[in-house]
Amino acid sequence: MSKGEINGVDTAHLLFARGVVGDTPAAGDYTWRASNEWVHGTHSKTTIGGYFGLGEERAHKGTYEFEADHPLEFNAADNAATPVEIVLAGLASCLTAGVAAVAENREIKLHSVKATLEADMNIGGILGADPEVRNGFTDVRVNYEIDADDTSEADLEALVAQSQKISAVFDIMTNPTNVTVSVD
Amino acid sequence: MRTTTVVIGAGHTGLAVSYFLSRRSIDHVVLERGEVANTWRTERWDSLRLLTPNWQTRLPGFSYDGNDPDGFMTMAELVDFIDRYARIVDPPLHTLTTVTSVRPNDGEYEVVTDRGVWRCRSVVLASGGFNLPKVPPIAAALPSSVDSVTPMDYRRPSDLRDGGVLVVGVSATGVQLADEIHRSGRPVTVSVGEHVRMPRLYRGKDIRYWFEATGLADERYDEVDDILRARTVPSPQLVGTPERINLDLNALTDQGVRMVGRMAGIRDGKALLSGSLHNKCTRSDLKMGRLLTTIDEWITENGLDPEFDPPHRFERTRVEKSPPLGLDLRSGEIRTVMWATGYRPDYSWLHLPVFDYRGRLRHDGGVVTDAPGVYRIGLNYLRRRKSSFIHGAEDDARDLVNQLAAFLSARVPVRSG
Repeated sequence: MSKGEINGVDTAHLLFARGVVGDTPAAGDYTWRASNEWVHGTHSKTTIGGYFGLGEERAHKGTYEFEADHPLEFNAADNAATPVEIVLAGLASCLTAGVAAVAENREIKLHSVKATLEADMNIGGILGADPEVRNGFTDVRVNYEIDADDTSEADLEALVAQSQKISAVFDIMTNPTNVTVSVD
Repeated sequence: MRTTTVVIGAGHTGLAVSYFLSRRSIDHVVLERGEVANTWRTERWDSLRLLTPNWQTRLPGFSYDGNDPDGFMTMAELVDFIDRYARIVDPPLHTLTTVTSVRPNDGEYEVVTDRGVWRCRSVVLASGGFNLPKVPPIAAALPSSVDSVTPMDYRRPSDLRDGGVLVVGVSATGVQLADEIHRSGRPVTVSVGEHVRMPRLYRGKDIRYWFEATGLADERYDEVDDILRARTVPSPQLVGTPERINLDLNALTDQGVRMVGRMAGIRDGKALLSGSLHNKCTRSDLKMGRLLTTIDEWITENGLDPEFDPPHRFERTRVEKSPPLGLDLRSGEIRTVMWATGYRPDYSWLHLPVFDYRGRLRHDGGVVTDAPGVYRIGLNYLRRRKSSFIHGAEDDARDLVNQLAAFLSARVPVRSG
């Protein structure tokens, strides 16, 4: 945390990075990576360590692991959250990071930021019970409770609205993405 | 042929530049591919009127003198206005003269036209910012059964086939075309991305009055937070009508126009619509709220509350709970897609190393980068928020001609290549 930050986001650095990427667009090309291995049943483990960015291979400080499973009513062991819940974790984390960054930029001191998320889905899709039902979420709702110094309701709403505008996961979830799966 | 400065384009900005060049006795010519005010005359739809009221429609040394100051000029009226201005400025004008190339040549610039070649030390690009329709690449995937139309091709609703129309984009152009096409009996769906909502009237005055009074219209390009963003903000959802109506998304919904999310792609004949509609509408509602608050604060700070109607807030944009995420373009429901997705300038004739990796002109408030003596006028937020409006031409033209004059007296050589 550099001097002058109020929420611990280094916006000066973000603005610097924006300048660099604006001047040399290729520097902005990132490739994110994850590897996943089946454990047992519907239980699997994802490991995240390296990625490509700013023109070179880079690594996180450590490797991070995410386990996923399915709940008991699917006759699974429920060793971990379901993949769709991990998607909600991704959305929430992305939006909250955005809230903090935008608040920093607008000089809003945050005391607490809490989000609750709900996603609707009919499992008739994934079970193949109804071909008319899509597999994924139909609606996702996110609600924020924010405690901040001296900030109007409209300004808080604007903070949350702006965090959606700059969010990668919000974009991924609201817009189509090409996905190619191959087998070696 | 030789002159000091070549001005390319005899629209309102080119004429304003000529006005200041003449006052400084700088030898110049104004080259125009068609007639004066050519774009307004030949490339816009029939019903279009200016977004700014007549009292605000002014150029250096000339302003509206009719009896309807609160009205909005039709294209014919605007062309007449600019024609009259051209007679007052009386520029060294060459109409029906199309520039085919501008290039450096031996320390000067060479302007090649279909009626001869000019050599000059300085060039002003006043060729308009809205020459070509900006159509997203996804348009290529449109099924052939659907007509693909841009506002440049469009003149009136009867130009379109009967049946449904999907208007992509809801800036001033999008909402105006959606409104008149829907009224013609062709059911309209609008695809909503980033947009700027604005009431026509606020506290009894035209919204453009408030931009001018509060100083917002004069905000400079080098003082604004994020000029890249400011220059790409869509035009506000305004229409100039004698009734001074509001034309926001709620007004369209009231008429029966359907709102869907931003068009994110076309796959297998189906438009894929973004799930971001709620966010887009919330953002523009909040942004309008902030604008109105700025106006209210300015009125109070100046002790003017008794002189105007009381503050007022507008209904939030009504969005259905779960808007559709797809639209079948092969079902016959949609016969035409109208790409109201913006315009861009045509620089195909500008052979100078002045573009960035996206083909955008690099300039600092209209002073073109890496081409000494070359200036640009008439782009969104070129030097001020008002730059793209008719009344924005005066301050920009004055500033740029001052810089041009300083350049001429400094005798900086033109870089070649």
